[in-house]
Amino acid sequence: MTTTAASDPAARAGYEAHPPRMGFFTDTSVCIGCKACEVACKEWNSVPEDGLELTGMSFDNTVGLSASTWRHVAFIEQIGRPGDLVRGDGHAPGAGAPGQSRWLMSSDVCKHCTEAACLDVCPTGALFRTEFGTVVVQDDVCNGCGYCVSACPFGVIARRETDGGAHKCTLCYDRLTDGQTPACAKACPTESIQFGPLDELRERASARLTDLHDQGRPEARLYLENPADGIGGAGAFFLLLDEPEVYGLPPDPVVTTRDLPRMWRHVTAAGAALAAGAMIACLRWKGTG
Amino acid sequence: MSDSYYGRPVIKETIWGSPEIPGYLFLGGLASASSLLAAFAHAAGDRHLARASKTAATVAIGLSAAALVKDLGRPARFLNMLRVVKVTSPMSVGTWLITGYAPLAAAAAASALTGKLPRAGAAATAGAAALGAGVGTYTAALICDTAVPAWHDGYREMPFVFAGSAATAAGGLGMLAVAPEHARPAVRFAVLGALTELTAKSMLVQRLGDGAKPYQEGRAGRLMEAGEVLTAAGLAGAVLGGRDRSAAAASGLALLTASALTRFGVFEAGRASARDPGYTVAPQRQRLREKPREDHHPERTRLTPRAAFLSIVAGVITSASPGRRRQRTAPSASRRFP
Repeated sequence: MTTTAASDPAARAGYEAHPPRMGFFTDTSVCIGCKACEVACKEWNSVPEDGLELTGMSFDNTVGLSASTWRHVAFIEQIGRPGDLVRGDGHAPGAGAPGQSRWLMSSDVCKHCTEAACLDVCPTGALFRTEFGTVVVQDDVCNGCGYCVSACPFGVIARRETDGGAHKCTLCYDRLTDGQTPACAKACPTESIQFGPLDELRERASARLTDLHDQGRPEARLYLENPADGIGGAGAFFLLLDEPEVYGLPPDPVVTTRDLPRMWRHVTAAGAALAAGAMIACLRWKGTG
Repeated sequence: MSDSYYGRPVIKETIWGSPEIPGYLFLGGLASASSLLAAFAHAAGDRHLARASKTAATVAIGLSAAALVKDLGRPARFLNMLRVVKVTSPMSVGTWLITGYAPLAAAAAASALTGKLPRAGAAATAGAAALGAGVGTYTAALICDTAVPAWHDGYREMPFVFAGSAATAAGGLGMLAVAPEHARPAVRFAVLGALTELTAKSMLVQRLGDGAKPYQEGRAGRLMEAGEVLTAAGLAGAVLGGRDRSAAAASGLALLTASALTRFGVFEAGRASARDPGYTVAPQRQRLREKPREDHHPERTRLTPRAAFLSIVAGVITSASPGRRRQRTAPSASRRFP
């Protein structure tokens, strides 16, 4: 496996000539929690309403990504937790003084994994890899088996009860084919959601990380930008200001299908044992049968 | 417990329904092990047991296929499963296994019940047994090839838990269906199965450590425990019951129920582990603590369709061919995937 193929899922999926891999870099350090991304996504993709309830989870009433929420803005209120707030010299301007509070906001989305479990396990071929390296569900093929829902290490994809099919972010596949920016990135007023060729986004993210560290914000870190991680790196990666689990993200996800060859070997051995057991049970032992 | 976002789960809880899916795991296991028992009983000349097991396999696979279709979000599209063959998807592999297996199981039963076409019946019996070994064990890969911690992390033992549980059920059904003097192979199969199942379960729990709690607590814990008690009771009855028809039937029923309880317990344990973000986050944190960031997946193997296909081919060759016609090429093929 060459490095090109490893970081180029579209080529691995069989596209010979294809556009560069496109993705999102979500810089949560400039997210203001306006939810324009959630609204723009719903509007453009005609995603149905998914409940109007007040949750008490700060300003978050959409709760999480789901079949009808393809962008989700998380709100985390960290109140008077000095240990969590101050790193480095203890008086970092961005992190607040000891005992002060901070508010983390982050727009979550499908990660469009390089090694996508949902796509691997889909038994109908409804999920497919686009020429942009993204992962999309074909609604007219999906039969609602729900395998992708349990396979996703991020809890992104889900089944919509009203139509029985699985749905998630398409990275605005229709807009991409027309050379347009996805709706959420287009609507984001602070450029917290940046869209572009993945290589470019990775460079931009690493420069931004250096800037933040230089400004005395050592808590900034990139999440899922590394092609050597457990999902081969994400097409949609993030700059976070705390541990991933604080945002409801898994700290070290590994695509489940990496273990599938080993699983098949154990299944094979167990199947052989089952057959051997049946044979032994039916042998005519001395004095029996 | 680790930090989390308002205690919300990191992964989605499975949307597979109960009783459909755990019921399917049980019935698929019952069908597959019954087909294997039927084939060897057939070969040994145990006609009563063979006929009962073939019938049971056909009824069980019919019910389990119905449960699978019913659980789809769009049941009318169940045939979409047959548009592709995907070795990276255990559900796709399983669909094809069942598609091949079910007609063979039905043909074997039809021939045994009517006495017609005995040669074709024997061939169907052998075919159903070969595919049956896969039908009863692939379901372990089906649930383990997910992000659900209690399922995924048990992928080494789960196929043996399921194979054991399948044999327990098929043996139990044989004890229930035929007179004790014809049921000796069924008793032996059930005993082997129950011991395998209990051993594999305790190995799973031991290796998972804290991650095994979903199997021991709450609803899943109660189901698993009830399954073990019934397994023990059924085993005792099977071994000590002798030729008493009602004792054998009661033991058989206990073993059948025990097998079903295990499947429902495993299913509920997966659900519970998905609901609690701690089961997702804690092992990942542990992994990050133990290994430096750059190489914390040192021996990762990328799953290519070719690798998955070859491991299944190796599997089919080694497991599904009856003992005497084992092919020598299989071990070298399977050694290519470290």
